[in-house]
Amino acid sequence: MEITSEKGNGCTVVSVRGKIDAVTAPDFEKTLAGLLERGETVLLLNFASLEYISSAGLRSILAMAKALKAKGGKMLFAGLRGPVKEVFKISGFESIFKTFETAEEAQASL
Amino acid sequence: MRRLSQKTWPARLESLYPSMDFVSSFAMGLGYDAGRIGEMELVLEEVFVNIIKYAYPGKEPGDVTITCSEDDGSLVLDVADAGVPFDLLAAADPDITAGVDERPVGGLGIYLIKKLADDVQYRRDGTWNRLTLAFFKNR
Repeated sequence: MEITSEKGNGCTVVSVRGKIDAVTAPDFEKTLAGLLERGETVLLLNFASLEYISSAGLRSILAMAKALKAKGGKMLFAGLRGPVKEVFKISGFESIFKTFETAEEAQASL
Repeated sequence: MRRLSQKTWPARLESLYPSMDFVSSFAMGLGYDAGRIGEMELVLEEVFVNIIKYAYPGKEPGDVTITCSEDDGSLVLDVADAGVPFDLLAAADPDITAGVDERPVGGLGIYLIKKLADDVQYRRDGTWNRLTLAFFKNR
């Protein structure tokens, strides 16, 4: 798993490549927690290069989304595809989070 | 000839990728496509992680034995551990319509197992938990 974050338009864009699974989820969550600590409140997770996510990743997302919401912030998603999109659908994450086809569309919505 | 392949690992996180490789190469040999193999790996991760977390509480982790076989055109995974009795089929499904605040963190792994495997059976066999998961080639 590789994570990069950069300042976007009214948000911080976090791009994740590879897999978020039981092995990598702790690092993923640590990165998001670090951004929260720095005071970032709107996180756009770009999953265009994410190939796989398991419940360990969903758990991290939900924990961070709760923490963000408590600070008046929010989390949105872009580029879900293949198995990641399927897992979002099955788990109902597609209906509790805003998801966009591309990171550009997501930023335009802000 | 009926194909069968079996391997045992300690119930630790380091065993996760080797066990996934074991199952995916068996599935590849049966001609499963990459998408279905990905779903199988996901189900296996959820099962394996559950065993790591709950099967051997407060003691040295025991083993997990995975048997892959082919049964009437579907791939069957038998996952066995000698841990505390645990029937994941007995767990209630999460409310997937709840919002961010109402949703408990966790509980989605078992739900993914139930949704992505075509058949799931649990039985307690003496001192063993045996979970049998079937995956059809085409859904």
